[in-house]
Amino acid sequence: MSLTLPSYPQPDGRGRYGRFGGRYVPETLIPALDELEAAYRAAKTDPAFLNELDRLFREFVGRPSPLYLAQRLTEHAGGAKIYLKREDFNYTGAHKINNCLAQALLAVRMGKRRVIAETGAGQHGVASATAAALLGLDCVVYMGAEDIRRQALNVFRMRLLGAEVREVTSGTSTLKDATNEAIRDWVTNVRDTFYILGSVVGPHPYPAMVRDFQAVIGEEVKVQLQAVEGRVTPDAIVACVGGGSNAIGIFAPYAYLPAGERPRLIGTEAAGEGVESGRHAASVAGGRIGVLHGSMMYLLNDDEGQIVPPHSISAGLDYPGIGPEHCHYSETGVAEYVPVTDAQALEALQLLTRLEGIIPALESAHAIYHAVRLAQELGPDGVIVVNLSGRGDKDVAEVMRLLEMERDQGLLDKEVEQVTLEVLA
Amino acid sequence: MTATLTRGAERIHAAFDGAKAEGRAAFIPFMTAGYPSAEEFPAVADALLAHADLLEVGIPYSDPLGDGPTIQRASEQALAGGTSTRRTLALVKDLRQRHDTPIVIMTYVNPVYAVGPREFMRLSKDAGVDGLILPDLPPDQDLEIADLAAEHGLAVTFLIAPTSTPERVRLVADACTGFLYAVSVTGVTGAREGTALGEVPAMLALAREHARVPVAVGFGVKDAATARQVAGVADGVVVGSAFINAVKAGKDVEALAASIAEGCRR
Ligand SMILES: Cc1ncc(COP(=O)(O)O)c(C=O)c1O
Repeated sequence: MSLTLPSYPQPDGRGRYGRFGGRYVPETLIPALDELEAAYRAAKTDPAFLNELDRLFREFVGRPSPLYLAQRLTEHAGGAKIYLKREDFNYTGAHKINNCLAQALLAVRMGKRRVIAETGAGQHGVASATAAALLGLDCVVYMGAEDIRRQALNVFRMRLLGAEVREVTSGTSTLKDATNEAIRDWVTNVRDTFYILGSVVGPHPYPAMVRDFQAVIGEEVKVQLQAVEGRVTPDAIVACVGGGSNAIGIFAPYAYLPAGERPRLIGTEAAGEGVESGRHAASVAGGRIGVLHGSMMYLLNDDEGQIVPPHSISAGLDYPGIGPEHCHYSETGVAEYVPVTDAQALEALQLLTRLEGIIPALESAHAIYHAVRLAQELGPDGVIVVNLSGRGDKDVAEVMRLLEMERDQGLLDKEVEQVTLEVLA
Repeated sequence: MTATLTRGAERIHAAFDGAKAEGRAAFIPFMTAGYPSAEEFPAVADALLAHADLLEVGIPYSDPLGDGPTIQRASEQALAGGTSTRRTLALVKDLRQRHDTPIVIMTYVNPVYAVGPREFMRLSKDAGVDGLILPDLPPDQDLEIADLAAEHGLAVTFLIAPTSTPERVRLVADACTGFLYAVSVTGVTGAREGTALGEVPAMLALAREHARVPVAVGFGVKDAATARQVAGVADGVVVGSAFINAVKAGKDVEALAASIAEGCRR
């Protein structure tokens, strides 16, 4: 058996990370969450489950994903070495598939033949639909109308895979509303439906379970970095944070090390048009503590508790909250969370594409932007690992639209203007 | 938990006792505050209060995940019209000038935490609220809320569902000081086709073993016929989406309330 699932000191027995987390859901779901927790606990140490997951990780997803030294990006940044953990190599194009396969296997174990999921960028929806197709499960994916527009290609992929995509038009028609609808579906069909939640959010045990399934990312980095740098621990790790699953997947294996041995862990939040503009999705920088989708976390909400609609260029980061474990990391100083704007992400996407031939997802581009700044700060002796959470295929149409818009409005960044004009020509 | 009853709990229990003495289940209509508008809400509430034993007033919330589309849309409309937590409590305070019927507030935990649990209870008490229902707060998530409510004279109601295990039913029943709210179906709020009874009898049998407070049933009751079914087994009948649908359709809310109240007779 080559795969083991980690055991971390958090959360506590009540599903809390410090004051964050918990189970704020209708009573109808509490027995289902208890059942899920018990099933997960049993699966976690069951060789049959672990072997099957290990096999799928290797043969279906293509794990381990490479750890790639981005030489030209490193030269450009002029400082620390920048390594990219290539989750964009995963089948279906992002880290989301790790968690989906694991949860779908758990659904089968629990005898549930129907799975539901919510999706923003569509990556989690595609991964859920893929896992459902592979295991012969019925699949319904909830997606906001606005995201259906932005991610038409992924919508088509889900339908091709046999999933039903249900358009959500309530609220802001984005990820938070799709999540509300998925939870409502689960409340209604809880006896025969498994909810495949897409990030480290939601009621306990989801944040812990999704973290454990994604921790394979950080565990692989330890081995891979040892091979190339002779050390398991880089100086810093950077990952983008929507709900926070790709970030926790690469952070968690390092987060519980003693302070002196821990790398700097940095999550990049979507700052949209700038935190001060009010149009952003930066829950740590611009939110306050609240409760959404079953857990206590940093949340964009006004002084009467109404959720403030988030904004981000990237559908996958367009979420008003951030997973409870990240909140706890932030509050205790284990990790830092920095805002990166839409414009900066768009710039970083073009930079990585030109320098390395890698078109990253807009989500991941947020992390790339900060890594370049950080490399300068750390200097040439430093080693940074960036979690490249996904590839940009899903975003190219939207990026084209955005660049054309910027060109038409004369808003192009001066440094990249010439290149952009050539691309659009 | 046989601590001295709060004022809110006493008033709520008296309302159930009064209905029972008349051979009825208590009739508990629900309406979203500020719906269809802050101006029109008082008249709608008056119409319901003309027949209610207890009124449930919802604070409109942006992400009401225990509610179906009817109440969600009503909340969106009320919020767009500027009805907030504080304005809801002002509307209740205004109703208090004209009515003595107990009023319970239904909202989600986030608005309570945002205002601050202590401040929220203080404002509610000040408005004349008798009790509180928080559908996304199982009683074992936050023990402070119930204590703070009691400190301010308010009763709390928690929910059980058809999926609740006997241990959960005991835990929830123990925590209730107002009434116990049994959700008739696995699902969200909303008027449904067919009978409202579903799994109710089995669930109520379990609830009655444990509850020392009256037990009301809600979700899916929409007219006199479904109310009568529920009244046959429960101490109280909660009706929400049907009234919102009536307001939306421009129907006579008071006539519907009268008819459903009549249906609550045994
Ligand atoms: C490529 C990619 N990265 C990141 C995210 C954000 O999710 P999380 O913060 O859970 O990693 C998404 C979500 O759709 C995504 O598709």
